[in-house]
Amino acid sequence: MAATTTSPPKRDERVAEISSMGKILRRPEVGAVLGALVVWLFFAFITPEHWIGLGGLARIIDSSSTLGIMAIAVALLMIGGEFDLSAGVMTGTAGLIAGLLSTQLGLNFWIAALIALAFALAVGYVNGLMVVKTGLPSFIVTLATFFILRGANVGVTKLLTDQVRVSGIDKVAGFATSRAFFNTEITLLGEKLWTSFIWWIIIAIIGAWMLQRTQWGNWIFATGGDANAARNVGVPAIKVKIALFMTTAGAAWLVGIMNDVRLRSAVASQGIGQEFVYIIAAVIGGCLLTGGYGSVVGAAIGALIFGMARVGIVFAGWPTDWFYSFLGVMLLVAVLVNNYTRKRAEAMTTAMAKAKVESGELAKEEGEA
Amino acid sequence: MSAQPILEVKNVSKLFGSVIALSNISAKVYAGEVTCLLGDNGAGKSTLIKILSGVHQPTEGEYYFEGQPITLNSPREALERGIATVYQDLSLIPLMPIWRNFFLGLEPTKGWGPFKRFDAAFAKKTVREEMAKMGIDIRDPNQAVGTMSGGERQSIAIARAVYFGAKVLILDEPTAALGVKQAGVVLKYVVQAKTRGLGVVFITHNPHHAYAVGDRFIVLKRGKTLGIWKKDEISREELVRAMSGVDELEALSHELNEIARRKDLENQAAA
Repeated sequence: MAATTTSPPKRDERVAEISSMGKILRRPEVGAVLGALVVWLFFAFITPEHWIGLGGLARIIDSSSTLGIMAIAVALLMIGGEFDLSAGVMTGTAGLIAGLLSTQLGLNFWIAALIALAFALAVGYVNGLMVVKTGLPSFIVTLATFFILRGANVGVTKLLTDQVRVSGIDKVAGFATSRAFFNTEITLLGEKLWTSFIWWIIIAIIGAWMLQRTQWGNWIFATGGDANAARNVGVPAIKVKIALFMTTAGAAWLVGIMNDVRLRSAVASQGIGQEFVYIIAAVIGGCLLTGGYGSVVGAAIGALIFGMARVGIVFAGWPTDWFYSFLGVMLLVAVLVNNYTRKRAEAMTTAMAKAKVESGELAKEEGEA
Repeated sequence: MSAQPILEVKNVSKLFGSVIALSNISAKVYAGEVTCLLGDNGAGKSTLIKILSGVHQPTEGEYYFEGQPITLNSPREALERGIATVYQDLSLIPLMPIWRNFFLGLEPTKGWGPFKRFDAAFAKKTVREEMAKMGIDIRDPNQAVGTMSGGERQSIAIARAVYFGAKVLILDEPTAALGVKQAGVVLKYVVQAKTRGLGVVFITHNPHHAYAVGDRFIVLKRGKTLGIWKKDEISREELVRAMSGVDELEALSHELNEIARRKDLENQAAA
């Protein structure tokens, strides 16, 4: 493109220099990192003998990993501007479908799992389609899906097994290889760990890379930031939203299968109530409830905070009834810290701009112009 | 300038049901010139630019681009031919950094297959260069667009259209929501786009802004052409008069005086 450069660019005096500290504070995952640090130090103080060391770390990671996988998918969906309240119960649905198909029909577990995946993706697709076509809030649409699946989970399981659980999954064909692939126990540095944590880390890396470094990531931010404006410049916002709903459902499937192979059984109430935990982890990780802003790494760390709380309460010997109260406090603190750091980062830039004006630098530059 | 207009409409009309939004309008836009489209609210400016940008199709009349008769069925078709429209809402995402906004929908990529990625380094460098061509120094391409001033946001939208190969740039009231100083900044970019060889269509209801940068003026009134002038054919005062209907203002002030006078008479009668 032939273009003539006019005057050399004049430095815009209204853009204040931002210090590297300010840049760090502006990152969405700052609140989560600080929160994780505070919670870790808290339990390190309360119960240092269990907490500090590899044993404690292994327990924390194990407790956070499947939650972390879901938090990442839910964070992406939230950045894209939508919620999925059916994400928790979907982990149960996927696990039950794979479990029932393999134990009742005698299907190979791999095939049963693939059918469960197809079902999960279809539900994700329908969720997305209904949201984009009706324009209804995803909160309502997926709440309906949540209740439908919740009822069906129990209803179908009872119908087929006369119980509210599917047991004996470890006796079906393909179980051993599935377990090896999805979630198996390994010993790492003398500590027992489930391989779901490796999935968690890989998914976090891929998710973060996708969000920050690919065209799709740009489209997710834009779709959540302003779907109309995004569509005006050619972003397929509808496709993006549907794909995100399907990603969330796909992640739920993965977690459902992980639970199946780990527990060798599936219960009909699996995942109920977890949807809010995912959303909270994403929010602690820096996602805005209104969409268009957030971080995959932040969400993964948000999940880690949950894992720490869950394990820490047990280590400290407190009644586990207090877990949710603790989470509530954590959520509040994390959101306040998030808010504070963000405001502070903004205030820093404003303050620097102000200082420049007061020192007369601005007036001088304007005089030259 | 060039003899052939880059964009021309001949005798276009647009009806919405029984409402005549535009009636028999002809207009020419030349490359390297600013064509100002003026008119009060409801004059038909919006309808005309929506026809030019492919949002609406004219009920009657012809549309020529670079001398060829064309039909535009969507804004995307217009964009593919190089007719870019910058709307008032700018289609920028406030929470996103400048570099992400600039390339939104047309992201430069590098790598192959599953490793294809958004070339962020290229995007940041290009944004800085393109904005520099418009005389704006972007030191931090990571700055969120929402933290910028209205004039700066407008300039990003213009720079984006120019960068992606616009030959005709349609600006829908770019100065409407801006203060005096910011409006001046935007007018500078309008002139800059023109000197880079684009045909600029500048829609405004401010005749002072129009006269400052325009080469041609088309004034619409109630869906009809009130007049078409080149800059040397009309003075600023005449344009203001044509545009804002000074005659009507005089009539209005006369009416207001009349009301005041009657009130006075009533008061006198009461006293």
